[in-house]
Amino acid sequence: MRTRYSEDQEAVHEVFGDLFAREAAPEAVRAAEGRNGFDRGLWRKLAAAGAPGMAVPAADGGGGASLVDLAVVVHEWGRRIAPVPLVEHAVTARLLCTAAGRGAPVGLREAVVSGELVATLALRPSAADATARLVPAGAVADIVAGVRDGSLVLDRGDPPGQARPNTADLPLADRDLSDAVVLATGEAARDAFDVALTEWKALMAVAYAGLAGEVLAMGVDYVKQRHQFGVPVGSFQAVQHGLADAATRAEGARLLAFRAACAVDTGQAGAARLASMALLFGADSARFASDRVLQYHGGYGYSAEYDVQLYYRRAAAWLLQLGEPAAEIARLAEADLGPKEPRAA
Amino acid sequence: MDFTLPAQAEAFRTEVRQFLAEHLTAEMIAATRDGTIHSPGLHRAIAERGWLSGAVPAELGGGGMDPVELCVLVEELQLHQAPADALGVAVVTVSVILEHGNDFLRSEAVPRLLSGEALGCFGYSEPESGSDVAAARTRAVRDGDGWIINGSKMWTTLAHVADYVLLLTRTDPEVPKHRGLTFFVVPLDSPGIEIQPVETMGTERSNATFYDDVRLGDEWRLGEVDGGWDVMKTALKYERGIAGGQFPSPPAIEAAIDWARTSRRADGTRPIDDDAVRDKLVQAMIDVEVCRSFAYHTAALASQGEMFGVEGSMTKLFASETYKRHCAWFLDMMGADGLLTHDDPGAHMDGRIEENFRHAPVTAIYGGTSEINRNLVAEGWLGLPRSR
Repeated sequence: MRTRYSEDQEAVHEVFGDLFAREAAPEAVRAAEGRNGFDRGLWRKLAAAGAPGMAVPAADGGGGASLVDLAVVVHEWGRRIAPVPLVEHAVTARLLCTAAGRGAPVGLREAVVSGELVATLALRPSAADATARLVPAGAVADIVAGVRDGSLVLDRGDPPGQARPNTADLPLADRDLSDAVVLATGEAARDAFDVALTEWKALMAVAYAGLAGEVLAMGVDYVKQRHQFGVPVGSFQAVQHGLADAATRAEGARLLAFRAACAVDTGQAGAARLASMALLFGADSARFASDRVLQYHGGYGYSAEYDVQLYYRRAAAWLLQLGEPAAEIARLAEADLGPKEPRAA
Repeated sequence: MDFTLPAQAEAFRTEVRQFLAEHLTAEMIAATRDGTIHSPGLHRAIAERGWLSGAVPAELGGGGMDPVELCVLVEELQLHQAPADALGVAVVTVSVILEHGNDFLRSEAVPRLLSGEALGCFGYSEPESGSDVAAARTRAVRDGDGWIINGSKMWTTLAHVADYVLLLTRTDPEVPKHRGLTFFVVPLDSPGIEIQPVETMGTERSNATFYDDVRLGDEWRLGEVDGGWDVMKTALKYERGIAGGQFPSPPAIEAAIDWARTSRRADGTRPIDDDAVRDKLVQAMIDVEVCRSFAYHTAALASQGEMFGVEGSMTKLFASETYKRHCAWFLDMMGADGLLTHDDPGAHMDGRIEENFRHAPVTAIYGGTSEINRNLVAEGWLGLPRSR
């Protein structure tokens, strides 16, 4: 048992930590907000560094890294709220290399693994008219994997290039999956999609831990520098205790998220449950941390000029791409407590 | 990175479960209702199994049980509601004596504590000093070769069944408070000691202990004269070591699920089919997984020889604050039925949730209050300036 990064993971952390700090600084995040929440230049750099396919088997042209190694990168992605669909793309790339996903043309799979094409996952099944609504990265993805009529489908369509205006300027868009090709049906389709969705949850939980850690660092810097009543704001116990609670939850969220990623990676029993819990708790802790940090910035926290608002909005938005949190809780309850008994007539 | 418990630790968990199936009885748990969360039979059985000496660090001459296994032991004891408060106290007492004690204390007290024959208790807090523990006023004054002790201690839980108290005293009132402290290991049958019960909301019995011209030989001194703060820091370090695992909520969650499944509301529905009830149960289970992640993390760090500090504060803060919240949720879920205590034959599962509800607040107070832990996180983790 080793709950810190291995030496190799430390190296990955350093390389991608630097890359995101350099290429996804707050100015880049702001600039992307006017461009559908997507920074194609950054995406190309990540592709050059091998990130989009790093957790795809080497035999399929990927980096052969584990899901936990990928999570180390995702943590840095979350820390910088970087405007590229890394998580959706990475889990879709892995999906295309599973038995169920292999029906996709080889050339297309290779283009996804290399990052030449941007891929995403429609997290919720498409509607009766085959429209997948508010797909993460739907505005910019060349490839959309999803579920239509119980089948796993893959759509190679033109991205609309226009996101639906939303709270966090994410590249959300509706995608029509009526022309999508069927990769798998029945149980095989469901199982393959569930694996991808579980990986998405575990990785987004890790991303949330990155977000919470960074927004806290921002808050700590601010309250040390900002003086009111002749002393640093950070010397007030009311402020300290709010930040201490936020830090405690953020650290708990980080540990649970990486524990979930390890469990998913090694196929442990209960891994999907942990991933779901980690996502819910991660979102909650990130929202709490960004709320406290915005509050302790005073009026500046509410101003567009300061960066905390960028984090505050994403903390709320990332989870909601999946749907209502209550529905996720209901799924956990179903698994842990059993189905609800229908009410006697 | 690997959060999977090693196979050896899982095998050890099985061993602990078998041990508890054999040694922990419902009577032992019920007997704690008199307020003493200690079972002599269970304590000795744990000691005989070698787990008490095992929990003492190897560098001090203890068994050096892998911290991950120690974490599993603590987890299982809590999950099974084993009345084992004395275990942690004994491990800390022995560890502190082995680190700071003279040959007399090592030969007199350590073997008796390790065999489970004798019990220790902590004499840190006083009527006027709790979190500000270094403000202790209980005086120890030189008397020829020995000492005379006068003063009083609060929250000396287990003192009425214990043999020794780890006593923090003031030997120099003229210097800054941290520099004038000295520790003693005091036999509780010494003339001049009076133990009075302090009853609590949670039914647990604590004690106030009074020291009236208690005479002690110098051999009972633990550590240097006026060096008591170093001993205190050692005690807190070992307390964190054993208290890394914090799982107070699961027995209450188990009872809440059972209640939600088995009871019927006036309209004939089961609470378990109510989304509001399901939401709270799931939230509580998520919090427990967070506690477990903290516990495994700190255990893994200790196992690799890394001394953790603030992580222990975070674990304790999170576990106790969420435990309080869970108990309040579950009590509310049950409505009027939740109020029934174990004395009422109709109380659900012997009033377990009601009992946990009354017990929970103390967990956010003893062993470092939530406020002290938040200070430690703010200063030690976030690097914020010291505040008041």
